[in-house]
Amino acid sequence: MAATVDARGLSCPQPVILTMNKIKELGTGQIEVLVDTDTSKENVSRAAKSKGWTVADVTEEQTGYRVTLLKE
Amino acid sequence: MVKRNVLATLYGIMGVGAIIGILAPLLQYWGNPANMGICVACFDRDIAGALGLHRADVVQYMRPEIIGFVLGSLIAALIFREYRPRAGSAPIVRFILGVFAMIGALVFLGCPWRALLRLAGGDLNAILGLLGLAFGIWIGTLFLKQGFTLGRSEKTYPSVGLILPLVMLGFLVLMFIFPQVEGEPKSGVLFYSIKGPGSQHAPLFVSLAVGLAVGILAQRSRFCTMGAIRDLLLFRQLHLFSGFVALAVVAFFTNLVLGQFNLGFANQPVAHTMHVWNFFGMALAGLAFALGGGCPGRQLFLSGEGDGDAAVFVIGMIVGAGIAHNFGLASSPGGIGPHGIAAVVVGFAVCLFIGFTMRKKIA
Repeated sequence: MAATVDARGLSCPQPVILTMNKIKELGTGQIEVLVDTDTSKENVSRAAKSKGWTVADVTEEQTGYRVTLLKE
Repeated sequence: MVKRNVLATLYGIMGVGAIIGILAPLLQYWGNPANMGICVACFDRDIAGALGLHRADVVQYMRPEIIGFVLGSLIAALIFREYRPRAGSAPIVRFILGVFAMIGALVFLGCPWRALLRLAGGDLNAILGLLGLAFGIWIGTLFLKQGFTLGRSEKTYPSVGLILPLVMLGFLVLMFIFPQVEGEPKSGVLFYSIKGPGSQHAPLFVSLAVGLAVGILAQRSRFCTMGAIRDLLLFRQLHLFSGFVALAVVAFFTNLVLGQFNLGFANQPVAHTMHVWNFFGMALAGLAFALGGGCPGRQLFLSGEGDGDAAVFVIGMIVGAGIAHNFGLASSPGGIGPHGIAAVVVGFAVCLFIGFTMRKKIA
C-alpha cells in the first residue's frame, strides 16, 4: 500500500513541503502525490528528483494529477 | 502521457528572466519611468490612481502592462489547457496580505521586479530593498516550516476565474473610451498624470503587447521573484532563483547598451536613501508575499489561470495603494511618508498575527 499525500487545493510551496516531509519519513518506497495544478505537478516532480526519487508515473484525474514517486 | 513544458525547465525559466530583462529596460527607453520598465506594485498603484482610489496626481495611469499580464496568462492557460478555476482559500486574509504587501512595497518604492531593475540601473538603494525582501521571505519560510497554510481552495465555476481577467478587459475598454488628452488631468472617468511617473509611459499598444508576451511566458514558466528566494532558503533549490538572476544580469547589460546605467545611492529616479526603511518596507512586502504564496507578478499570472484567491490578493494590492497614498504611508524621492513607519509596524503585527494563528499539521 503506497503512502499518499493529498496536496490538492494547496498554494505554493505546501505541496512540495508535504512531499518532502513524506520522503524524509519513508526514506524509500512509493508515494502517490495528488495535486490540482500543473505548477504543483512540476514542482513536486522536480523536488522529488532532487532527492534521488524517480517520477514513475503521472496520470491525469478528474481533480488534477496523481504523481507516483519511487525510490528503491 | 503528460505533455512536456519547455519553459518550465531550467533553461526555460532563465530564458524568460532574460527576456523580461531585455523588455523592461526597453519599456523605459520607450517612455516608462526610469528603473520602472515593469513594476507590478507601482503599476497597480498607478491603476488605483487612474480609478481615483487615491488622488496623488503624479501617479495616475491605467497601466496596460498589468492588463496584459493577466490576459496573457489567461490566453496561455486556455491554449495549454491549464485554466483551472479555483477559489475559497481564506480570501479575506489574502486581501489584507495584498494591502500590506503594497504598503511595504510603497515604503521602499517598488516591488521585487523593480528592486532588480533598480539594481540593474545602478541604484544601490535597491540592495537594502533586496536584503529586506530576503529577510521578510525568510520569516515567511519559518511559518511555512511550522505548517502555515491558508487552507485548501476548491474547484469552482469557470466564470469565477474569469472575473479578474474581465475586470482587466473592462479597464482596457475604459482606456479606449476615455483616452489620455494632452495636458488634461482627467478624461471621462479616468484620471491621468500631467507630470511625474504617471505621465511617463510607453505607447499603449507597445505596453499592452509587452504585457501580453510576459503574461504568456510567465504563466508557462511559473516565474516568481518571491518563490525564487523562498525556494532557495527553504529547499536550497536554484530553479526559480536562476530566472531571478537572469532578469537582473540581462537588464544590467541592456541598460548599459541603452545608456540607462547610473551608479550610486543619491539622486536615483523614484527612490529615497533611507536605508532602514528601504530594508523594512521590503521586508514587510516579502513576508506578505511569502504568506500569500507569490510575488505581485505571480499573483497576476495565477489570477489569469483561474485562481480567484490570487485575484483577491491583487485587488488587495490596488486598494492598499489607495490607502497608502491617502494616509501618507507611501514614500517619495524626498523620503518616507509621514505615517510610513507606523504602517510598517502595524503591517508586521498583522502579518505575524496571521502567521502565528494559521498553522496546522496537514497530513
